[in-house]
Amino acid sequence: MDLRRYRFYFVFLLFLATLVCRPLHGQTQLRFCIGAQPKTFDPLLVADEPSEAVRYLTGGVLIRLDRSSQKLVPELAVSWTINRAGNAITFALRENVRFSDGTPFDARDVAYTVGRLMDPKLHSPTGDAFRSSEAAVATKIIGKYRITIAFPAPVVGLDRRFDQVAILSAQSSHKEMAVLGPYYMAENKAGTYVLLKRNPNYWKHDAAGRQLPYIDSIRLDIQQNRDIELLRLVRGDIDFINSLTGDQFDKLKSIAPQMAFDAGVSLDSELMWFNQVPSAPLPDFKKAWFASTRFRRAISSAIHRDDIVRVVFHGHAQPAVSMISPANKFWFNSNLQPHTYDAKAALDWLMQDGFRLDNGVLRDSGGNKVEFSLITNSGNKERELMAAMIQQDLSAIGIRLSVVTLDFPSLIERITRSFDYEACLLGFVNDELDPNAQLTVWLSSADNHQWNPNQKSPATAWEAEIDRLMRSQASTLDIQKRKQAVDRVQQIVWEQEPFIYLVNKHAMSAVSPNLHNVHPAVLRPQVYWNVDELSLSSQVAKDRQ
Amino acid sequence: MKRLRLAAVLFLVLISGLAFSANFVAPASYARQFRDIPDAPASRQHPLGTDDLGRDRFSRVLYGTRISLLLAPAAALLSTILAALVGGIAGLAGGWIGTAVMSATDLFLSLPWLFLLLTVRAFLPLNTSPLLSVAITFALLGCLGWAGAARIVCADARTLCDSEFILSARASGSHGVHLLRRHILPNLSPILFAQFWISIPVFILAEANLAILGLGVAEPLPSWGNLIRELEGYTVTSAPPWLFVPLILLILTVSCFQLALRKDELWT
Repeated sequence: MDLRRYRFYFVFLLFLATLVCRPLHGQTQLRFCIGAQPKTFDPLLVADEPSEAVRYLTGGVLIRLDRSSQKLVPELAVSWTINRAGNAITFALRENVRFSDGTPFDARDVAYTVGRLMDPKLHSPTGDAFRSSEAAVATKIIGKYRITIAFPAPVVGLDRRFDQVAILSAQSSHKEMAVLGPYYMAENKAGTYVLLKRNPNYWKHDAAGRQLPYIDSIRLDIQQNRDIELLRLVRGDIDFINSLTGDQFDKLKSIAPQMAFDAGVSLDSELMWFNQVPSAPLPDFKKAWFASTRFRRAISSAIHRDDIVRVVFHGHAQPAVSMISPANKFWFNSNLQPHTYDAKAALDWLMQDGFRLDNGVLRDSGGNKVEFSLITNSGNKERELMAAMIQQDLSAIGIRLSVVTLDFPSLIERITRSFDYEACLLGFVNDELDPNAQLTVWLSSADNHQWNPNQKSPATAWEAEIDRLMRSQASTLDIQKRKQAVDRVQQIVWEQEPFIYLVNKHAMSAVSPNLHNVHPAVLRPQVYWNVDELSLSSQVAKDRQ
Repeated sequence: MKRLRLAAVLFLVLISGLAFSANFVAPASYARQFRDIPDAPASRQHPLGTDDLGRDRFSRVLYGTRISLLLAPAAALLSTILAALVGGIAGLAGGWIGTAVMSATDLFLSLPWLFLLLTVRAFLPLNTSPLLSVAITFALLGCLGWAGAARIVCADARTLCDSEFILSARASGSHGVHLLRRHILPNLSPILFAQFWISIPVFILAEANLAILGLGVAEPLPSWGNLIRELEGYTVTSAPPWLFVPLILLILTVSCFQLALRKDELWT
């Protein structure tokens, strides 16, 4: 049998096999964990950390804040100018860019995104940061790749805010699933993982002309348990942990010091607050306690923050002062000091409000025992430990605290919809140095004004003052005036304690030595801020096939 | 085998005695935080060291054992009573009543009890004391764990009804409560006891599962489940040996509950 006549077919088959197998060989997959199922994949509705991770990895933005240099860099906008009044910005857009589904990108997409972002019916938390006045925002398309966005009043740090705005396609039938970022969402297995794949139309190239990103796919495993997450990193199942606890950092440092990074005090804080929503299903006497400044000050004074830093965070944190972390050197009000532990002062505050200590049990003027519950999310060991410490601290002044851990969706349901809770312990994740980004928290009308959200008019005089100060700092470009206003807000928050700030954590992360081009930063996302430039060693790619 | 059973019973008696005398044996309160010595290794003052908050681990193990050994049997008793009622009615009534009751039992068996438990737990009032919350958790476990045992009780009750000595008792005029009290219950009691006994370790493990999810006994109460949680962040080789004590106790206790039952009882 003469096999030579089949040689051509053999070579052709080999060629076909090579083509088919090519996507499999050399495929690299980055893996890391997120704490919960993302609540939304609509980039304009992002309010939680897992959704933010997906937005960062998939969303294309006009301007990006470089997390390392903390400077703005052009992305989909090649240049931009802000007018003198500070209320309009003109973008010159990058040409020949396509969305992940192949739809072309132009000024109409920016106009569509801004229109949707500022639609009051959408209640976009990202949009709230641009809202310095109630009037509408105007967009003017000057050319295919040029657009002006005009706001009714000056918006402070206008260009910086576009770092959070992922551009949507006006024409694509895939709506928000068509993206301009380095990855697109390929699969979502609810409660298990989210799989992102490399955007074939991503516009960025490296110096050698190779299209970015280097890594083919990213798998975000949903893993609530932080200890298991660390074990998985050590075993090589995942490639990094964006944020480590003090305990985990020490543990990792002892077994794999080359993986542990401490970038110092971060912008994030841990805090607790009392439910002050008037319609909350709580007894009136408890509503009265929680609305009392003296009561909140007393609770704050009874909490031993130094112990929390030492015991829970192993020294990798510092007692928090107010709404701005000391890491934010310009905006932090350095005249303020953390509330120190003083059980006697706490009792004095309470006595002034008519409370009395009766055989070691604190009672209010109506004879009701002072007891309340503190909810926090299950699986977060630091918060569970903090809650147990607060429980013991409060028992010293006769208060019985019940600590209740809830799964995250149940907790969010209680603090945002049913308001069926008394006190809550959570963290405040802050990405932005400019306090203007906290408008969504401090305006009494905001969704994230957690102790009493969506107020039609401010419930208290001090909330009205915060509203006024935050709006005024948001509408002036004079940096000194802004600083004065923000200092005063910090002072009010320090005095009134609607949020009882506990600690500011250090920014600690863990990175596998197999992941290259990593430069951990203080700002989120600490490890993968330059995701399109990250690469994995070839051995990892091979092992994961 | 007899020696093994004896050893298992002795172990259970010993550990129960130790747990119930925790007030006298424990060197400190289970909730007291020695904040100057968190994560301390084993010492004379703290025989099993201290936990992340500086609480004496030995005391917590003793009190945690007490909670598990007190409440798991209570939950087992509740589930056995429910199983006896449901299975007994189905077995003794027979006919369409028996079929309907057992169909309902089968339906109950198919429910994912862990999720059911989580859902029910999420609806509980937040401001309950830790002790009440743990009692409610075990009561829920008891209320949800009867279905398997009910099927066995039903099958046994049916066999009894068809047996010759029951026919003979009926023929000699024994009916109703008298028949139940004198003939049926005494003959069902071994199986009820076996079901009760084998349910105890099941409920101990169920609580441990909930605790590992962070949804078990509320702070500051200890239980074997939340004590075992301390092991989550460790590998077998890196964890200090005293951290394994609650895990070893759990394994030994669960095993002893199985070993203490005679083989014939176990298979009934």
